[in-house]
Amino acid sequence: MDIFLQQLINGLTLGSVYALVALGYTMVYGIIGLINFAHGEVVMIGAMVSLSVVTALLGAQVPLPFFVIVLAGLLVAIAVCMAIAFGMERIAYRPLRKAPRLAPLITAIGMSIILQNLALVIWGRNYRTFPPLFHPTPYNLFGASMTDLQMLIVVLAALLMAGLMFVVQRTRLGMAMRATAQNPQVAGLMGIDINIVISAAFVIGAALAAVAGLMVMTYYGIAHYYMGFLLGLKAFTAAVLGGIGNLPGAMLGGVLLGIIEALGAGYIGDVSNICGLPFLSDSLREQCAASDGYVSLFGSNYQDVFAFFVLILVLIFRPSGLLGERVSERA
Amino acid sequence: MSVRGRTGSIPPRVWAGVALVALALALLPFAAGMIGQAWVRILNFAMIYIMLALGLNIVVGFAGLLDLGYIAFYAVGAYMYALLASPHFGIHLPFWVILPLGAGLACIFGVLLGAPTLKLRGDYLAIVTLGFGEIIRIFLNNLNAPVNITNGPQGVNLIDPFRFGGFSFARSETILGISFSGPQKYYYILLLLTIAVIVVNIRLQNSRLGRAWEAIREDEVAARAMGINTRNVKLLAFAMGASFGGIAGGIFSATQEFVSPESFGLFESIIVLSMVVLGGMGNIPGVILGAVMLTLLPEFLRATMEPLQNALFGRVLLDAETVRLLVFGIALVAIMLYRPAGLWPSAVRKRELEVPEAAEAAD
Repeated sequence: MDIFLQQLINGLTLGSVYALVALGYTMVYGIIGLINFAHGEVVMIGAMVSLSVVTALLGAQVPLPFFVIVLAGLLVAIAVCMAIAFGMERIAYRPLRKAPRLAPLITAIGMSIILQNLALVIWGRNYRTFPPLFHPTPYNLFGASMTDLQMLIVVLAALLMAGLMFVVQRTRLGMAMRATAQNPQVAGLMGIDINIVISAAFVIGAALAAVAGLMVMTYYGIAHYYMGFLLGLKAFTAAVLGGIGNLPGAMLGGVLLGIIEALGAGYIGDVSNICGLPFLSDSLREQCAASDGYVSLFGSNYQDVFAFFVLILVLIFRPSGLLGERVSERA
Repeated sequence: MSVRGRTGSIPPRVWAGVALVALALALLPFAAGMIGQAWVRILNFAMIYIMLALGLNIVVGFAGLLDLGYIAFYAVGAYMYALLASPHFGIHLPFWVILPLGAGLACIFGVLLGAPTLKLRGDYLAIVTLGFGEIIRIFLNNLNAPVNITNGPQGVNLIDPFRFGGFSFARSETILGISFSGPQKYYYILLLLTIAVIVVNIRLQNSRLGRAWEAIREDEVAARAMGINTRNVKLLAFAMGASFGGIAGGIFSATQEFVSPESFGLFESIIVLSMVVLGGMGNIPGVILGAVMLTLLPEFLRATMEPLQNALFGRVLLDAETVRLLVFGIALVAIMLYRPAGLWPSAVRKRELEVPEAAEAAD
C-alpha cells in the first residue's frame, strides 16, 4: 500500500510538471493547429537560465535568503523563455501560417535543434547540478513520504493552472484567444488582432515552461542541454491524452501520465517477474536462484517507454483524447 | 515515364553522357583512395544514406506523411543483420538471405505502426513515429538482461562482412593486377545496390501507386473521391519506406561490422529527414543530392572547422559536431522559409509554388 501511495505522490509531482508543459503545447495547438516541437527546448532553456542565475548570485555572495535567489532565477528564466518563444513564432512560424502543415512542423524541428545546440555551446555537454540551497524535508503521509519540495511543486502548478484558466475564461485576452481558436478569420473580422493573440499563446506557454523547467531542475537536482527533448515529448503525450487543444484536458493528461509512469516504473519489475513461470531455461533458473526468485524481463529502465505506449494506445482507441473533441481525418 | 523513353530512340549524346557518368563512378573510389581510404568509406556512407533518404522520400516526399522515427526501421534492419551474421548467437547466414529478411521485418514493423496511426492527422503520425523510434532504441539498449538478445549498450561486434563463398568484401585483394582495398570492393556492390534502389524508386514514382501517393499528398479528400483507398495506399508507402530502411540498415551493419543503439538516435532520423527536405521532397535527383551533400558536409566541416578556428581564435571554440547540427537546424528553418520545395525541387512542386496568388484566389 505504501509503495502504491509513494508512487502516486511521485507521479503527481512529476505529472504537475508535465501538465504545465502540456498547457503550452495545447494552447498553441488549439489556436493555430501547430505542434510546437521546440516547446520542450524552451523548458530546458528555462531550467538552464535559472540555474545559471542562481549559481551566479550564490557565487557573488549576495546576502539574500535562498527563496529570493531562486525567485530571481525564475524571473530571469521566464523573461528569457518568453523572448525566445516570441522570436521563434515571428521567425519560424508566422511566415508559414498559410503553408502546408508539414512546413511549420519542419521549422519547429529546426528551431528545436538550434536551441539545443545553442544550449550545448553555452552550457556545455555535462550535467549541471543545482547548488544545494536547501534539503527537502520529508513528511509522513499515510505511510508514504512527501517532501515539502514536492508539495510546493504540486501547489504552485495548481495555482498557475488556476490562474491560466482565469485568464482564458474571464479576461478579454482569454476571450480573444477562444474566439481565434474557433475561427481565426471571423475573430479577425470582429476586431481581434490575431497576431497578438497567437504571440500571447506562445509567450504564456513559454512562461509556464520556464516555471516547469525550474521545477524539474530543483526536483532532480540536475539540468542538461538534452533534458528538454524527452520532457517535451512526454508533455505532448499528456496533451494528446487529455485531448489536444483542450486546457483542462492537458492538466488531467499531465497528472495522469505522471501517475501512470510512476506506477508503471514501480510495478513493472513485479509484473514481468518470470521466475514463477513453469518453462525456464537452466541459466534463467540459476539467475532466479541467485536473486531470491526475482528476475524481471523489464526493469524500471523501461520507464520512458510508458509514455509512448500510452500515446500509441490513446491514438488507437480514443484519438480525440479524454476530454477532446473529435479529431478530423485530415493529413 | 518520360515521353522520349517510350517513343523515340535515345540519342547518342545521352549515351555518351551515361558512359561518362558510369566511368566517373567507376573511377571515383580510386580517386578518393588517393586522398585516403577514409574518403572511400565516406563515399560508401553516402550511398547508404542515399538509400535511406530515398526510402524516407517515399513516405515524406511522395505520400506527404511526416515520419520522425524512420531510423527505427534502419535499426531493425541493422540488428537483424547483426544478430544473424555474428558470433553473438553463433549464426552466420549469408547477406543475400538476411537483407530481404531485414527488409521484411522492417516492413512488418512499418505496418504495425502505420495501421493504427495513418487514419489520423499527419502531425500525430509525426509524433507517434518519433515515439516509436525512441521505443526501439530503449529496447535495443535494455534487451540484454535477463536474456541477452541485443547485448545492450555495448552493441554487437565482429559482424560478418558481405561474402560470396570465399570472396569477402572486407579484405584487400589484387584482382587482374589492380589492388582493391576492402572499402573499394564494398563501393562497387553498394553502387549496384544504390542504382537498383534508385531505379525502383523512379519506377515507383511513375507507377499507378506513385500517382496515388501524389494525389493523397496534394488533397486526401479529392484522392478518396477519385476512388483511391487512401488508408491502404498510405500504409503501402509506410511499409515500402520501412523496408528500404531495413535494407540500408543491413548494409550499414555489414560495412561497419559493429552496431550499437547509439547509432539510431532521433538525430539520425532528423538528419535523414534533412536530406530529403533540403534536396527537394519528392524529387529523386534532389534527394540524392541532399544525401550526398549532407554526408560530405560534416566531413568537410571536420576537416576545416578546427584548423579554421585555431587560425582565427587560437583555439577550438565549437566542435564540428555542434556546428553540423547548428547548420542543420538553421538550414531546415531557412529552407522552409525561402525555398520550401528544397534545393532541387520536382517540376510539379516548382510549378505549384510559382503561382501562389492564383492558388490563394481559388481558395
